[in-house]
Amino acid sequence: MTNFLAVAEARSGEIRKVSHEAVTAAKLLASATGGEVHALLVGAPGIAAKAAALGECGATKVFVIEHEAFALHNPEATSAAIAERVKAGGYRGVVLPASAHGKDLAPRVAARLGVGMAADVTTLAMEGAAIVATHPVNTGKVLAKISLTGNPAVVSVRPGAFTPVSAAATAAVETVAPAGDPAASRVKTTGVTTGNTAKLDLGEAPIIVTGGRGLKAAENFKLVEDLAEAFGNAAVGATRAVTDDGWRPHSDQIGQTGRLVSPDLYVAVGVSGAIQHLAGMRTSKTIVAINKDKEAPIFKVADYGIVGDAFEVVPKLTEAVRAARANR
Amino acid sequence: MKIAVCIKRVPDMDVKFKIAAGGSAVDETGLKYDMSDFDGYAAEAALQVNEKGGGGEVTAICLGPDSVGETLRKALSMGIDKAVHLKADAVPFDGYAIAQALAAELKGGNYDLILFGRMSIDSSNQSVGPMVAELLGLPCVTAASRLDVSAKTTGTAQRELEGASETVSFPLPAVVTIDEGVARPRYPSLKGIMAAKKKPLEVKPAQLGAVTVTVTTMELPPERNAGRIIGEGADAVPELVRLLQTEAKVL
Ligand SMILES: Cc1cc2nc3c(=O)[nH]c(=O)nc-3n(C[C@H](O)[C@H](O)[C@H](O)COP(=O)(O)OP(=O)(O)OC[C@H]3O[C@@H](n4cnc5c(N)ncnc54)[C@H](O)[C@@H]3O)c2cc1C
Ligand SMILES: Nc1ncnc2c1ncn2[C@@H]1O[C@H](COP(=O)(O)O)[C@@H](O)[C@H]1O
Repeated sequence: MTNFLAVAEARSGEIRKVSHEAVTAAKLLASATGGEVHALLVGAPGIAAKAAALGECGATKVFVIEHEAFALHNPEATSAAIAERVKAGGYRGVVLPASAHGKDLAPRVAARLGVGMAADVTTLAMEGAAIVATHPVNTGKVLAKISLTGNPAVVSVRPGAFTPVSAAATAAVETVAPAGDPAASRVKTTGVTTGNTAKLDLGEAPIIVTGGRGLKAAENFKLVEDLAEAFGNAAVGATRAVTDDGWRPHSDQIGQTGRLVSPDLYVAVGVSGAIQHLAGMRTSKTIVAINKDKEAPIFKVADYGIVGDAFEVVPKLTEAVRAARANR
Repeated sequence: MKIAVCIKRVPDMDVKFKIAAGGSAVDETGLKYDMSDFDGYAAEAALQVNEKGGGGEVTAICLGPDSVGETLRKALSMGIDKAVHLKADAVPFDGYAIAQALAAELKGGNYDLILFGRMSIDSSNQSVGPMVAELLGLPCVTAASRLDVSAKTTGTAQRELEGASETVSFPLPAVVTIDEGVARPRYPSLKGIMAAKKKPLEVKPAQLGAVTVTVTTMELPPERNAGRIIGEGADAVPELVRLLQTEAKVL
C-alpha cells in the first residue's frame, strides 16, 4: 500500500488551517495510489485533543507527539520526528505546509531523508512513478513544472492553494513518544510576539485591504482598517515602504520579501504596484486599486481601478460596502 | 569571525520572461544578472558582523558556470576578502544537489558562521541553507530578520511568522539564512572595485549531488485581464460596488 504523510502545524494550542490544506494535498496523491493519508501532529501537551479533526479532510490516522519542548517552534526535534515517522511508516511522500514553520522544517526533513524536495507548490499529482508539482519561480512570473523521482518525496504546499474538502469524519489518534529528548535541541525558540491575535491572518483572509505610502502616515491606516471591517472578512496588509517606516509590522508586508497572498479580493490603496509588491499578490482573484496617479503600475493589474484621492474615495467605499452588506 | 556566505547569480526580475525553445527553461537572451537579493543582504550582514565585532575574514562561495566570476568579483568589491567559484556547467534546480556541493566545500573550513539568503530569487526553493546545515550537522536558523552574534559563541535571531515573530537562540558555529531586515547591501566603492581585482578567487569543480528533482516544463502564468479604470474619485464608488456584487461576486 502506498501511503502519504501530512505534517500538521499547531500554534498556541490550536491546529492551523494550513494543516488541513496539507492533508488535502496528500489526499490527492493517496487517491491516485489507492493509499491512505496519515498525519503527524507535534505540539505541547493537550494538543492530542484537537487531532481527530484532521480526519475531516481525509486523514485516517493521526500520530501525535506531545512534549513541553514543542510548545514553541522546535525545528531540530520536529524535523527529526517527521523524518523518523516517514521512515517508520514507509511513506511514499510527505507533505508539509509552506508556512513560516513548514518552510523551515521541509528542507531539514529532506536532507535527513537524503532526497531533494519541491517547495511552495500550487498543484500536485502522480504521473507514473514520479510526483509532479507546480512551483512558481522568478517572483511568480514563471511557473515550473517539477518532477520528483526521489523516494520518499518531500513537498511543501503553498498556503491557500489546496482548498480543504471537509466531510464528517474523524481520524484515529495514536500518541507516540518522542524519539530523543526534544528539550535537547541546540536551536531554541525563546519567545513569540504576537500582534493582534483576534485579527484574521493574511494567508487565511478571503479579502485583503492593503495600504501603501499613499496613506501618508501611520494613523491614516484607520481608513483601510475601517474598510476591512466593513467587508467583515478582511485582513489589512502593507507595502514595504510602509513597514520600513514602521507604520505597520513587518509581518503585515505583502510581496516578494513578505507574504505571498491570493485572496478572492485584493484592494490596494495608495500602492504604486512595484514588481516586488505585485510578486506577492498578482494571483489574487479580483484586484481593486485606488490611486491618485492614473499612470501607477498597479492599474495594469487592477480589474477595477479608481483614479482618485484615497482620503476621499475610501470613506465613501467603506460606507457603500457597509450598506451593501446590511441589505443582503 | 571566520564567515562564509553563499551567493547565487540570478537574472534581474524586472522583465517579461520568455520560455526558451525546448520549453523547460527561461530564454536567457537579453537578461541581466546579479547577486540574488537575499544573498546581498547576507553578504552585507557578514561584513557588518566583522566590522562591529573586531575583524575576521569573509569568504563568498558561488556555484555555477564561468559567468558567476563576475558576481563573485562584485562580492569582493563590497569588501569580502576571498571568493570560491565552484564550477559547474549549469546550476541544477535540485537544491539538495547544490547543498551537497556547497557542504563539501564548507566542511573543514572552520567557519564560525555560514550565511545564506532566505531564498534564491529565481528558483525560490528556500532549501539550500538548512540542507547544508543538516549535511554538516550544524545548528540552523532560517529567515532571520534580525541577527546578533556579538557574544561570539552564541547568537540570537528574530524570525517573522504569519502575524507574529519569534526570537531564537543558538550556539556557534551555525548556519543562518538571512531575510530582509538584517542589513541593506552597500554599493561597491571605486576603491572596493580596484581592491577586488587583487583579491583571491579560487576556481574548483563543483561536487554536485545526484539530481532527483527536475524541471520538466516552464510556462508563463495566465495573463491577467488588462487593467481597467472604471472611473475617477468618489463618484466611481457605486459602480465599483455594483461590479464587486455582480461580476466579482465578493460582496
Ligand atoms: C529586494 C527588494 C524587495 C522588495 N520587497 C518588497 C515587498 O515584499 N513588498 C513591497 O511592497 N515592496 C517591496 N519592495 C519595495 C518596492 O520596490 C516599492 O518600493 C514599494 O512596494 C513601494 O511601496 P508603496 O507602493 O507603498 O509606495 P510608493 O511607491 O511610494 O507609492 C505610493 C503610491 O501612493 C499614491 N498616492 C499618493 N497619495 C495618494 C492619495 N492621497 N490617494 C491615493 N493614492 C495616493 C502614489 O500615486 C503612489 O503610486 C522591495 C524592493 C526591493 C529592492
Ligand atoms: N548556485 C548557488 N551558489 C551559491 N549559493 C547558492 C546557490 N544556490 C543557492 N544558494 C544559496 O542558497 C540560498 C537559498 O537558495 P534556494 O534554496 O534556491 O532558495 C540562496 O539564497 C544562496 O544563499
